Amino acid sequence: MTILTATDVGISFGGVKAVDGVSFSVSPGQILSIIGPNGAGKTTLFNVVSGVYAAGRGKIHLSGEDVTGLPPHELAARGLSRTFQNLQIFQRMTACENVMVGRHLREKCSLLPALFRTPAVTRQNRETRAAALDLLAYVGLKDSADVLAGSLPYGACKRLEIARALAAEPKVLLLDEPAAGCNAVETEEIDHLIRQVADRGVAVVLVEHDMKLVMKISDRILVLERGRPLAEGTPREVRDNPKVLEAYLGHHGAREAARA
Amino acid sequence: MRAFANHRFLTLAILAAVIAVLPLVFPSSYYFRVASLVWVSALAAIGLNILMGQAGQVSLGHAAFFGIGAYAVGIGPAHLGIPSWAALLLGAALSAVLAYLVGRPILRLKGHYLAIATLGLGVLVALVISTESGWTGGPDGMPVARLTLFGWRVSGSDTWYWVTGGLLLVGTWIALNLDETPTGRAFRALHDSEVAAQVVGVDIARFKLQAFVIAAVYASLAGSALAFMNGFITPDQAGFLHSVELVTIVVLGGLGSVVGSIVGAAVLVTLPQALTVFHEYEHLLLGLIIIVSMIFMRNGIVPSLSALFFQRARS
Repeated sequence: MTILTATDVGISFGGVKAVDGVSFSVSPGQILSIIGPNGAGKTTLFNVVSGVYAAGRGKIHLSGEDVTGLPPHELAARGLSRTFQNLQIFQRMTACENVMVGRHLREKCSLLPALFRTPAVTRQNRETRAAALDLLAYVGLKDSADVLAGSLPYGACKRLEIARALAAEPKVLLLDEPAAGCNAVETEEIDHLIRQVADRGVAVVLVEHDMKLVMKISDRILVLERGRPLAEGTPREVRDNPKVLEAYLGHHGAREAARA
Repeated sequence: MRAFANHRFLTLAILAAVIAVLPLVFPSSYYFRVASLVWVSALAAIGLNILMGQAGQVSLGHAAFFGIGAYAVGIGPAHLGIPSWAALLLGAALSAVLAYLVGRPILRLKGHYLAIATLGLGVLVALVISTESGWTGGPDGMPVARLTLFGWRVSGSDTWYWVTGGLLLVGTWIALNLDETPTGRAFRALHDSEVAAQVVGVDIARFKLQAFVIAAVYASLAGSALAFMNGFITPDQAGFLHSVELVTIVVLGGLGSVVGSIVGAAVLVTLPQALTVFHEYEHLLLGLIIIVSMIFMRNGIVPSLSALFFQRARS
């Protein structure tokens, strides 16, 4: 049973086909990784799937519903959440507030009660904060709850983005290079985190350059090249695919993959 | 900024105390009048600060809503026979509806484009006010009937001091309330990253519009209060220079800081009065003071000073 399906998705920018005829699907609890060299269209594909860009062609289905062309906040309301390769943290808010914004869809949000701060608003705020603190603890940021997000170190911001995305209680989570710029220990932590999230039944789509992490964690891998799908299969199949091995993982990637 | 937000009631208590104590040191009724002008400007600026400081959207035509509020209480009783208090509410409703209708298309714009579009709105409203002289008295302005509430005729600069002070307290309370609510968080989130706010489900178009409508209602109420207080209105109150003045108050006091807007209004309203001793150099000095304070206090007076204060306290 698949929850997110992309069928023959394509988008062009001024004649350049950034993504061209890519299809994939992912089921609850499954981790699908999308790999490929820089410029292969991985992040663009994410932007199309999450509604940030409008697809030039193709269809996207979420829980069986055609969601092609819906804006990001409507996709979020249907259970799709994501993180960003270039951090998109709310810099001037605390770590806790960042995650609380992630609870937006779980909160009742009407203007007049907010303006007069009714007791119901205060109560809900307390619940949201408690939920946010739980999530911060879950990603190991409990002590930074009231620190301005703009002053957190890079690795912490990466985990903060994951906590914020999880706060929406998504059915599908798109992670764009969650381990980029992280050291070995931090990468290990993110590895555990992604696995736990998938074990709770969330479908995870991962874009990542860390081949060790990808090979270890993925149920399936989709390889892109210049916007086009090159191969798809289990980590073993992809690793043993001579085309992929030679052209995209290279010798270094193959060696790392073998060790994983 | 956070420190003030966390002490909502402390902020309100201090503001109430300042409003209550100031008259004790006022030597003449002229001071009541100047202080009332500060409270009215602060009220309009607090609303604009929700739009600019919280939600991060600029408006260069905000005096339009101030003007609508002012002319509503002028035209309502004089031409339509509406009681003054109802005209005040009508003006606020009209501002809200206009902000809603105009905001829908123009809040899609960003940065300079949004600034120009709101500027256009301001010019348009000012133009209507100064040309429809049958209703508005044109460039000469029009008299405003005194506000009467339950038989109480509100007049005198000391009375208006308390009325505008009370309005400012309520306006401050509401603005501070927003801070720890889903709406306030959505405003600040879309300010920092629109795309990140969207992917966690924030309908950014809706929240920009809400901030715009709130700011419009604040300005309209402030405009009505000023019109009642002066007993007379001119198109200047809806004009471009007044829009710029409101933006200056917000930026000078500190974007996102409610207290900052009050301090900014106090500085911008009282400084020209204090500088009159320098005669023809008055405007030169005013401009110079604004430039210098923006260079040395880029985040605005209140955020810069509180950062300095907490830095000292920690070391």
